Amino acid sequence: MSHSEHHIERNSLSYGIEKNVEVLAQKCYQCGKCSAGCPVADQMDFPPSMVMRLLQTEIPANDEKILRSNSIWLCVTCEMCLSRCPMEIDIPSMMDYLRQKSRSEKKVNKQAKNIIAFHKSFLNSIRWTGRLFELGLILDYKRQSLNLTQDVTLAPKMITRGKLHLFPNMVKDMGHLARIFRKTSNSSK
Amino acid sequence: MARIGVFVCHCGENISATVDCGKVAETIGKLKHVVLSTEYKYMCSDPGQTLIKEAIKEHNLTGVVVSACSPRMHEPTFRKACAEGGLNPYLCEMANLREHCSWVHEKNELTTEKAIDIVRTQVEKVKLNSALQPIKVPVTKTAMVIGGGIAGIQAALDIANTGHKVVMIERSPSIGGHMSQLSETFPTLDCSQCILTPRMVEVAQHPNITLYTYAEVESVEGFIGNFTVKVRKKAKSLDEKLCTGCGLCTTKCPQKKIPNEFEQGMGMRPAIYIPFPQAVPNRPVIDREHCTYYIKGKCKICEIVCPTKAIRFDQPDEIIELQIGAIVAATGFDIKHADFFPEYGYGRYKDIIDGLQFERLASASGPTSGVIKRPSDGQIPKNIVFIACAGSRDPAKGIAYCSKICCMYTAKHAMLYKHKVHEGKAHVFYMDIRSGGKNYDEFVRRAIEEDHVNYIRGRVSTIYERNGKLIVKGVDTLLSSMPVEIEADMVVLATAGVANSGAEELAQKLHISYDSHKFFAEAHPKLKPVETNTAGIFLAGACQNPKDIPDSVSQASGSAVKVAALFSQNELTREPLVAVVNRMGPPLHSTCVGCFLCQAVCPYQAIEREDIKTRDGKVLKSLAKINEGLCQGCGTCVALCRSKSIDLHGYSNNQVYAEVVALLNEY
Amino acid sequence: MKTGLYPGCSLTGSARDYNESVSALAEAFGLELIQIPDWNCCGATAAHNLNKELSLALPARILALAEKNGLEEIVVPCAACYSRLVVTQHELKKNPELKNRISEVIEMDYRGTSRILNVIEWIDKYIIPLLPEKITKPFNYKVACYYGCLLVRPNKVLNYDRAEDPQTMDIVMTKIGAQPVDYPYKTECCGAGFSISRTDIVSKLSGKIIEDAEYRGADAIIVACPMCHSNLDMRRPDINKYWKTEFKIPVIFVTQAIGLAIGLSPEKVGLKRHFVDVKIS
Repeated sequence: MSHSEHHIERNSLSYGIEKNVEVLAQKCYQCGKCSAGCPVADQMDFPPSMVMRLLQTEIPANDEKILRSNSIWLCVTCEMCLSRCPMEIDIPSMMDYLRQKSRSEKKVNKQAKNIIAFHKSFLNSIRWTGRLFELGLILDYKRQSLNLTQDVTLAPKMITRGKLHLFPNMVKDMGHLARIFRKTSNSSK
Repeated sequence: MARIGVFVCHCGENISATVDCGKVAETIGKLKHVVLSTEYKYMCSDPGQTLIKEAIKEHNLTGVVVSACSPRMHEPTFRKACAEGGLNPYLCEMANLREHCSWVHEKNELTTEKAIDIVRTQVEKVKLNSALQPIKVPVTKTAMVIGGGIAGIQAALDIANTGHKVVMIERSPSIGGHMSQLSETFPTLDCSQCILTPRMVEVAQHPNITLYTYAEVESVEGFIGNFTVKVRKKAKSLDEKLCTGCGLCTTKCPQKKIPNEFEQGMGMRPAIYIPFPQAVPNRPVIDREHCTYYIKGKCKICEIVCPTKAIRFDQPDEIIELQIGAIVAATGFDIKHADFFPEYGYGRYKDIIDGLQFERLASASGPTSGVIKRPSDGQIPKNIVFIACAGSRDPAKGIAYCSKICCMYTAKHAMLYKHKVHEGKAHVFYMDIRSGGKNYDEFVRRAIEEDHVNYIRGRVSTIYERNGKLIVKGVDTLLSSMPVEIEADMVVLATAGVANSGAEELAQKLHISYDSHKFFAEAHPKLKPVETNTAGIFLAGACQNPKDIPDSVSQASGSAVKVAALFSQNELTREPLVAVVNRMGPPLHSTCVGCFLCQAVCPYQAIEREDIKTRDGKVLKSLAKINEGLCQGCGTCVALCRSKSIDLHGYSNNQVYAEVVALLNEY
Repeated sequence: MKTGLYPGCSLTGSARDYNESVSALAEAFGLELIQIPDWNCCGATAAHNLNKELSLALPARILALAEKNGLEEIVVPCAACYSRLVVTQHELKKNPELKNRISEVIEMDYRGTSRILNVIEWIDKYIIPLLPEKITKPFNYKVACYYGCLLVRPNKVLNYDRAEDPQTMDIVMTKIGAQPVDYPYKTECCGAGFSISRTDIVSKLSGKIIEDAEYRGADAIIVACPMCHSNLDMRRPDINKYWKTEFKIPVIFVTQAIGLAIGLSPEKVGLKRHFVDVKIS
């Protein structure tokens, strides 16, 4: 048991983060270097350093703000924050945890609709074919996101360049893959 | 019959929080020969000491065990109390319940049991202690100051002014240190050179100070009051008595492309050089690594032009041996070079410089005569960015600690820039402003309020060059962590202060402790900040940790007082915990067979040869004899002696066996 | 020794050109690449965003298949797949309990012994030593080497090149006669997996990367990641619209550039499949 665990608020998001991804929110001293280098900070409700600050308060209302923020979905896992953090805080791993927590608690930010629709379509695609079927992904994404007109001109151009297959390229042992999906399905939906 | 008294200290809650002191005292009280076992909250306090003094008389004690903190902390305190109670001080032992038990364990029964075991060993040991008398040694009343920066200068002058002799050793060709490189000093903005150079001259002219520049400590032997120091005087390649310091050689030297250390690489110097115009001594040296003659065997132009024929190409290094009573280490600090931060582009872009380089740019004696010109094209920067903590407080890439001086010098830099470039804009990226100190915070406020320096709370992520500008990508954490992008003409990195090169090596020569960052360690962080763990060696200035000028000077004066106090005595008393070779009547005289293997292993050259002679001078037997003045009680000879003829006062073999046996036996 | 190949999904679809150039180089230099039999998708961003266990199980199956087929060394041309495989190997090495759990999920032995090479490491190891005598048409252009995120970060896990201002790709390019420009956008993010879901973000970020390369006078941007390539090349019309300009600089895979330098045809290395015309060959 780490020393800080004696003091941390057990119901807080910080506690879950420390337990699951070994990130100690209190290590952050708010220098802001992560936010300075984050490519999407300007679009986030809370840039990474502010997410860290909200976590440090261990106040339920602030935990709620994080789980409902667009920040956790806009993070592209470019790893720049971790690469330059003087305290080597693994923000990218923490973001993965926060995304999964936000979904399991049904607190997903509205702006994340398309991003999640895409991720779901992506996983659906490999669930059924084992390898990404890009045309299938695009069609499934349009169905999920209802962005029917997006990229209508792109697909034909891809097809003429041989970049878009009309039929999936499938893994042979699909039963094996189906079992992997089933066995991991409890860890998150 | 032994009559032992045991005193268990709570040390406030330091011990009693995890150790059941009452149980310890009670259990120990039942041991054989223990006539008194008691507990008290603070044994080191006056009532605590009185308790011991009175118990000695009342119970007629023959030995005392104080179960408290480390003997390093309070052994002298309790030995003195025992002496005042009428007991020989060396019949007092300490059981370390704090560092060895309560601090390192959780509260439970095992912890208390361990505490009891520790006390038991000392009870058994003290029964075998013998009454010892302290040893007297003479004091050599000459001090050595290592390092000729402001701390060393202050220490040397203060000691010399008490009437004692001082030898100053400086490894570079001139004294002055980093302070001589600075432009103006915070928080008063007075010119650094103007206040320093008179002190430098005073050192050179003081009748009590002998100055060796271009010299380094080779080895240190001996102990407080009696050090023998060997100093290497590196060859300056000239006869200092003949040289007048006219400087003709330095102007004629054909090798002129050597980066100038004094200018932090922003100017060039010749191979024969005087580091800076106000140097003390104002005599050149030849840098043999870069001199054409030493590289190619040809040139000697300096020898030809020298009007007094002072050049000596074949001059060797000289080793001198000095008898020294006390040493002040004042070797200063260095700055961590900023190229370990590749995202900040130091070394890649010419106009990103460090703090010391900025000092040279701002200095009237610097390469630009005090005009702030950027290195790439000599233009005056209209927009300048200062980055604080460029290496400090950065465990990932830099150093974990705060370098302490950067907040203040960065404020000063920004202020100096604004005073010199009125229409320019100065930005400071910072995390915290640490401006504790007399008139320090006022100084920073002045930079912000009067000089309109733009302080931005946030760190910079990266800097790159585009279109002749340095693009600084930072953040303003006070504005919702909004990204901030500044197109700067020049960037100054407040790099971290680190231990000076060679610090570790020197610490080992001096036998003093140093920390994980290679800064020299004080004997106690609060109560002995000037002393080291080695008696007779003191610290001054930034060799201990980064310090500003006022702190360095204060500490230097502190160390000078320590030296003066030492020199006020004609002889010193030393702990009698030294080795002893057994002696007995004739015909054996000693079990020592005179093999002198001990002499070979003694690290302190403390073992001498003693001949037992008849009245007519015939040698009957040669024995080893310990010089009590030199012996440090390390015990190496005891472990090595094959005839078991040497023992150590205070730590005899029998005492150690008794401790071990106590642990093996049930109680 | 046999080198295994994990192509990953992109190389069979939108990054066919990359695949063709890798194959063409292997053929030209007589290097045997054995595709890992029945490989599956690594799970990419979607898996680690939504389901941690799945994000480890999918790469673990790939690595276990490589082990089962005796492929001790595998090359992974896609930087994103490379990152997922190395990160999985690292996580499972760090945590034996998790390793057992994942072995159970994939119903296979997993030892974690495969040596995983990214494309530059593969080039350094097998192609560079044979390169000098093969060069017939030196690639005499100014290039901006764009590494992206996943080839160099997280640096402590990947342990490849340096996180800031990496040099390995620049060195490879100088070996075929190119002149790399000083390029601060080397490791900035292109928008990665947001290509479809947040095209606006990709257009903004990729646009900056392209703009700076043009500003530095580069004739081409060199990449080693299909995701970077599709954002910089396939998304060029969106980028140009977002920035209201006409960026023209082509985006070339490092393997394509080497292919051209040893005299392979533009068709052979897949250049004709690009969206942005590559006029420099």
